[in-house]
Amino acid sequence: MPIRVEPRAKLVPARERAYFFWGGIELALTFQEVILTLQTYWGDRGCIIQQPYDVEVGAGTMNPATFLRALGPEPWNVAYVEPSRRPTDGRYGENPNRLQHYYQFQVILKPSPDDVLELYMDSLRQLGIEIEKHDVRLVEDNWESPTLGAWGLGWEVWLDGMEVTQFTYFQQCGGIDCNPVCAEITYGIERLAMYIQNKASVYDIEWIDGITYGEIHHQSEVDYSNYNFSAADVQTLLTMFQLSEGEALQTLEKGWVQPGYDYVLKCSHLFNLLDARGAISVTERTAYIGRIRNLARTAAREYLLQREKLGFPLLKDEARREALGLVKGVNANE
Amino acid sequence: MPMNRDLLLEIGTEEMPAMLIPEALEELKKQIEKELANARLEYDSIWIGATPRRLALIVKGIPVMQPDAIKEIRGPKAAQAYDADNRPTPALLGFARGQGVNVEDIVVKELGNTNYAIATKKEAGQATLNVLSETLLQVIEGIPFQRSMRWGYSEIRFIRPIRWMTSMFGGEVVSLEIENVKAGNVTYGHRFLSPGPILLGGAEDYVEALRKAYVLVDVEERRDWIWEQVQRVAADYDGGIIQDDDLLEEVTFLVEYPTAFAGKFSADYLIIPSEVLVTSMKEHQRYFPVVDADGELMSIFIGVRNGIAENIEVVAQGNERVLKARLEDAHFFFREDTKIPLETKVELLKNVIYQARLGTVWVKTQRLRGIADFVGRELGFTEMNLIDRAALLCKADLETSMVGEFPELQGIMGRHYAIIDGEDPLVAQAIAEHYQPRFAGDQIPASPAGIAVSLAEKFDNLVGNFAIGVKPSGSQDPYALRRQALGIVAMVLEGRLTLNLEGVIRYTYREFATDLDLSEDQVVDGVLDFIMQRLRGVLSESGLSYDVVDAVLENRGPDLLLIQDQARALASLKKQPYFNDLMVVFNRPFNLSRQTGDQQVQPDFFVEQVEQDLYDGLLKLDQMARPYLEKRDYLGYFEAIAGLRPSLDDFFAKIMVMVEDQAIRDNRLGLLKMVVKLFLPVADFSKIIG
Repeated sequence: MPIRVEPRAKLVPARERAYFFWGGIELALTFQEVILTLQTYWGDRGCIIQQPYDVEVGAGTMNPATFLRALGPEPWNVAYVEPSRRPTDGRYGENPNRLQHYYQFQVILKPSPDDVLELYMDSLRQLGIEIEKHDVRLVEDNWESPTLGAWGLGWEVWLDGMEVTQFTYFQQCGGIDCNPVCAEITYGIERLAMYIQNKASVYDIEWIDGITYGEIHHQSEVDYSNYNFSAADVQTLLTMFQLSEGEALQTLEKGWVQPGYDYVLKCSHLFNLLDARGAISVTERTAYIGRIRNLARTAAREYLLQREKLGFPLLKDEARREALGLVKGVNANE
Repeated sequence: MPMNRDLLLEIGTEEMPAMLIPEALEELKKQIEKELANARLEYDSIWIGATPRRLALIVKGIPVMQPDAIKEIRGPKAAQAYDADNRPTPALLGFARGQGVNVEDIVVKELGNTNYAIATKKEAGQATLNVLSETLLQVIEGIPFQRSMRWGYSEIRFIRPIRWMTSMFGGEVVSLEIENVKAGNVTYGHRFLSPGPILLGGAEDYVEALRKAYVLVDVEERRDWIWEQVQRVAADYDGGIIQDDDLLEEVTFLVEYPTAFAGKFSADYLIIPSEVLVTSMKEHQRYFPVVDADGELMSIFIGVRNGIAENIEVVAQGNERVLKARLEDAHFFFREDTKIPLETKVELLKNVIYQARLGTVWVKTQRLRGIADFVGRELGFTEMNLIDRAALLCKADLETSMVGEFPELQGIMGRHYAIIDGEDPLVAQAIAEHYQPRFAGDQIPASPAGIAVSLAEKFDNLVGNFAIGVKPSGSQDPYALRRQALGIVAMVLEGRLTLNLEGVIRYTYREFATDLDLSEDQVVDGVLDFIMQRLRGVLSESGLSYDVVDAVLENRGPDLLLIQDQARALASLKKQPYFNDLMVVFNRPFNLSRQTGDQQVQPDFFVEQVEQDLYDGLLKLDQMARPYLEKRDYLGYFEAIAGLRPSLDDFFAKIMVMVEDQAIRDNRLGLLKMVVKLFLPVADFSKIIG
């Protein structure tokens, strides 16, 4: 079935197709149209539309397109869908709101533009949400990832009391100050789709006309919940954690940033699995988190070194290059 | 003709954290007061206002011209400024020229015992409009925030990104620029209901212009309006709202234009423990829970929208759905959790490690049973079965889904589940109480089993961690050991428990089967000292002076209650009419005999009658005063001792202590030592500042 991208690119039809439970027009956006609308919207605003990472992550933040690119002076605007895994959130497919595997739509704007909130609000309008009729609020929610050595200040965005987006100004990543600061916008697309389609259960979301989210994901939710909570072999996972940690270290030591970082991500996911399995106590947690954070810090440091050696090629503003004492831009020399 | 105008400053930001705004406002007020004083600007009044998107101030009645300042500049010393004929020296002439003043206008003044030539200069006041630029910049950059951030390429840190600034003096703009934001005469209303710029004529327009743009900028007005609406809406359902100032304050700073609405949830959820419902509503959604006339939760909540009443039913429905999802989750946990009794869950604690070196939570539970039993007996409790049962079950709720989801309900869920399991209500109560006090000022456990298990829990945490070398330092206290120690102090003092801490620490130490790093004696010293430091803080905070606290702690035994009683007695002793006599009785004997060891006083060596008199007095006093000490009536005890002064004065008046003859001297020193020893059971009086 062809995906009708064309009309969405003009950004108007999506709004017209909106349907709300308080009464309205016929057609609500399907799940994939929510994604396509956001992609088009942010793509039109200069974001690179990247693709999900191919290693398990707990959130779009862990994708190197965010975690690594947030570091250093190079501007970077990107948007992508990230399938995210939170093993402890599995509910055997029985809870209408909780999933151990879900999707985030991630936007990074670096440096954060002055009108970043207006841009975000407009993106909601593109999804057909008439903000003026609702209660949209920014409620303080400061984000910290102890495993990534990263933190930022920001909000949860509430739409009539429902958290639909996490909004964060990164202050540190991998223990390194972010300068310039980027804005991270993380949409919970299931939440948004449930809202737009007026569904009480995530499994009832229409992914595309005639096929639901549940038809695609329900069985795997049940299976993963069984695996995460009871079948996963603790000893095997512990061994895998150790092996991955070793591999991350030996690779990062050689300065091969992204392959090393892949194993940092694997450690993080294995830790989450062990946690879901109930194999990690409160106090052991601290130690495990510390180990992963060390790896993440190393990866961050190595990445910055590497970019510096390359002359920060994505920093193209000559005035800023000069201010940092960099040679004229790579492109300028060509 | 002097003229006054009003100053308006508005810092427009992205949405600030509700919890941080009240403090930011206070700081803003301090800053403007300070900076106006620095700029020599008088004013009539300061008004401060704020919403999530703006910090604002209006200063009324500032003169349009800054007053002149008179400045005195120090020149050469007078001796070098004028010659013998009192004529200005070249040095003075040079100084006057340099300062641009006439040499005749120079005066001589004494500064710090030396006479100097002083030039008096008038610094002409400038137009206030110009002065204010710097003043406001200082104000904005000077506000300290609990948490601040950078954004984009910003150099400064602020609570949230600054997006506009409005600064006007009278009808004119005070020029001001921070990062890439230039101040102007334009403000902005509600983010969605009035998105466009609003031109202001001056401070007098401000509040009303914003009101029209759906922003109530006055904090009091907004708070009162919310409270009134919330109560009115609750009353529509024959319900009431329990006053909750924290929640009201938070909501006040979450909205610019409040409209309250009611939402409902299914009454089926009311079987979930009320703490869970309230947490879901308040902590997670900032709704006001509604109660009926009996104080029971109703299946209604009141939310406050940031906006107007139009389409409010849409907002209410959306909020109902969110709460339903949360309660559905909680209901699921509750059903799952109650399928298996707590007793069975205790076994699962074998899989949970308390701390790698200190074993599992199950092992900890076994220790708690022993320690709680010991503590209970020490305190003279008789409910040993209840204590043991509570100790066994107190950690089992860690294995429930509800506590996994709402960690702040640990203990509280244990109580609910214990009641459902059919445990003794006192056991259930003790499970909830064993985490108390959770914070400074929290309630302490009331039931004997609660007290015993709570103390056991705290001693176990302290002793275990100290024994493997985990000890708080500076701001590092990952296992909240300070809170544990403070909990012990609070329980003992408020509950008036007589407890030998050392005995408990030793018993607790022996409960650990693991290899520990520190010896029993080391741990006893470390933990006791740690608790005493907390006690020192608690006593000082209760208003006791440092010298009193030092005096009793110097002398400490392991009984906190005794120490507190002694400290209080000492503080009140200092106010007694006989206190002066008492200190006289202490000071001279103490100073003279401090180098002396214990001397057996031998009446045979007495030379003078006054020695015999003092000795007799002391023996009599010992008999007379000792009962006071045993009753812990310290005032009575010391009043009796103060009565020793006349015979002591007589003693010092008639004899010299430090005579050549060593036997006589030592005997006299021994006599004085006897006096000093009367004080020792209570405090080290040498620390007392009279």
